[in-house]
Amino acid sequence: MNIVVPVKLVPDLVEELTVDASGSALDTAWLRLIINEFDDHAIEQAILLKEQSGGQVVVVSPNAEGVEDMLFTASAKGADQLIKLNGDFEDGVNNHGLARALATLLRDLQPDLILTGVQAHNDLDGSLGPLLAQYLEMPYVGYVSGVTADSGKVVARKEYPGGLIAEMEVTLPAVLGIQAAEQPPRYVAISKVRQAMKTAAIDEQEAATLDPSGGPTVSRMYQPEATEQATMISGSEDEIAARIIDIFKESGVL
Amino acid sequence: MATAAHQAQAPTPSQTFFASLYEVASGERVRTCLQCGMCSGVCPFGYLMDFPPSRIITALRADVFEEVLATDTVWMCVSCYACTEVCPADIPVTAGLMTRAKEELLLAGNVPTELQGALENSQRYGNPQGESPRKRADWATGVEPAVTVLGRDKRPVDVLWFVGDYPSYHPRVQLTTKALARVLNALGIDFGILGPEENSDGDTQRLAGERGLFEMLAEKNGRVFGKYQFNEIITTDPHAYNALKNEYPALGISYPVRHYTQFLADQLDQLQPLLKQEVNATVTYHDPCYLGRANGVFDEPRALLEAIPGVKLVEMSHNHATSLCCGGGGGGMWLDGFQWEKAHARLSEWRVNEAVAAGANILATACPYEPPRFEDAIKTVKEAGVLVVKDIAELLAEAL
Ligand code: SF4
Ligand code: SF4
Repeated sequence: MNIVVPVKLVPDLVEELTVDASGSALDTAWLRLIINEFDDHAIEQAILLKEQSGGQVVVVSPNAEGVEDMLFTASAKGADQLIKLNGDFEDGVNNHGLARALATLLRDLQPDLILTGVQAHNDLDGSLGPLLAQYLEMPYVGYVSGVTADSGKVVARKEYPGGLIAEMEVTLPAVLGIQAAEQPPRYVAISKVRQAMKTAAIDEQEAATLDPSGGPTVSRMYQPEATEQATMISGSEDEIAARIIDIFKESGVL
Repeated sequence: MATAAHQAQAPTPSQTFFASLYEVASGERVRTCLQCGMCSGVCPFGYLMDFPPSRIITALRADVFEEVLATDTVWMCVSCYACTEVCPADIPVTAGLMTRAKEELLLAGNVPTELQGALENSQRYGNPQGESPRKRADWATGVEPAVTVLGRDKRPVDVLWFVGDYPSYHPRVQLTTKALARVLNALGIDFGILGPEENSDGDTQRLAGERGLFEMLAEKNGRVFGKYQFNEIITTDPHAYNALKNEYPALGISYPVRHYTQFLADQLDQLQPLLKQEVNATVTYHDPCYLGRANGVFDEPRALLEAIPGVKLVEMSHNHATSLCCGGGGGGMWLDGFQWEKAHARLSEWRVNEAVAAGANILATACPYEPPRFEDAIKTVKEAGVLVVKDIAELLAEAL
């Protein structure tokens, strides 16, 4: 099975985030990037699938600071092919633009299965998986925590609120949004990562001009502001619901 | 040992492991093991290990080392050097056998999740806690006179103070760090710190089996040391002292280094007259494994304590070379949950019980792992009542 894992680096929340002079974007001067946590699980799930039923794993990431280290770590864990997508990603790109750029590349790779993190904390225009599925005309299942391969299809376990788990047969090729791999992402010794840096190659591909249409435009980015006003609504559930609807109507959102 | 047919085949895990031990200083002494079992008997967690040290050697001799790799109880080893201390054949049990065994487990991916987090943080942020490197000198805010940060203040200093991970970030241990800054200032020492440029010394990561990470961190520190002018290094942390003294030189990073207790004891003539306030207490001193057993520093910390007016020093039943580990070494600091699950006992609680039995009301330490560990233990040991944990630096600062 040919598994492709598109991943991205996101701002590391260990450092405090600041808004730049334009007032509508993050200040990148002090920004540290880290692999999106869910993407890390997608890589782990892909390697587990490969270990269970063979195949190959390709990890793809748009270029960003630290992307090589992240890709070599994936290689040390067991990824077979590493692709860095070069393009105009510097100032950040929305998921619509990224999904279009990835779709072009992914078509050529002819994957059986695309695993990607179900979401990222900097998704402003929905998550990447469903957009990819749309552009590639493939089925999509999100919030998946566990995948088993079966000839020509996979069984994905999807979690629902209340501890309910569904098992779904998904016809391939397909896109899955991974919430959690069957086991936590493995640790790989630094010596193995250093070895991968010497032996693995990163394939660089050029993205076509990015087309961000469909995504939102950020007009203002700011730290949460404390407001002075809060109203506690009391009463039965029905009364509270009716009052909330009234408030929405009064404020014009309904 | 090996027959001709044997030699033609790929080496077995036991053979490969045995050969790798030869690369450790005195590693070949493993051959002289008497199988007396003293190492396993003295080991604080030996009774819980499927393969305590002597049995690992048995497994190697029986050519079944893969059985050792299949269990996870090697992670109970807190790298305390108690086994090495008692071994009649002078085998490097801690530095060689146990550390190499952990390295093999780690390479095989047999790593408890808790430990994994600390290793990943060390790699990414240069500290096992996953704190922002930019905040490494935040503890010094408000310290007067202001602490020199070499990268910011750009001036040569006499003493480079390698502060360390827990002294920089842990809220409890920061109190110790500030106390040591006060003592250094009172003595008029010309010192500076690296602040955001300092990385974890990496020694505990090394003893937890992550040699590659240790080398990476050491190289980073080595590069930063090379940027600045200073005459010697002092450390808060015995693990950092151990790394800088015994491990960094092999990587080409060689500087004169002293633990702060050695540094201060060497200046006792100047320090003693400054210690004017009485600290009326019965104090017992816990020898940290990496100051005491591993490096033979027993007297200097005691000399400092005895210089404090009012202090009565008493010894616990395990003292000097027989000291009991606090449980934090060799990765134990990052394996509390794992070790609790296996042992349902904490080494720090045993130690606190000993301090109480010795009649102490202050348990003095000289290692940043200890105040949080012992203070947690005091909460769960009923008899511990009034026992207080203080780093020697804190007691000195109180006496100023
Ligand atoms: S104490 Fe030394 S000689 Fe005795 S069993 Fe242990 S390693 Fe062998
Ligand atoms: S170093 Fe300490 S914990 Fe590790 S095996 Fe030796 S005695 Fe046991």
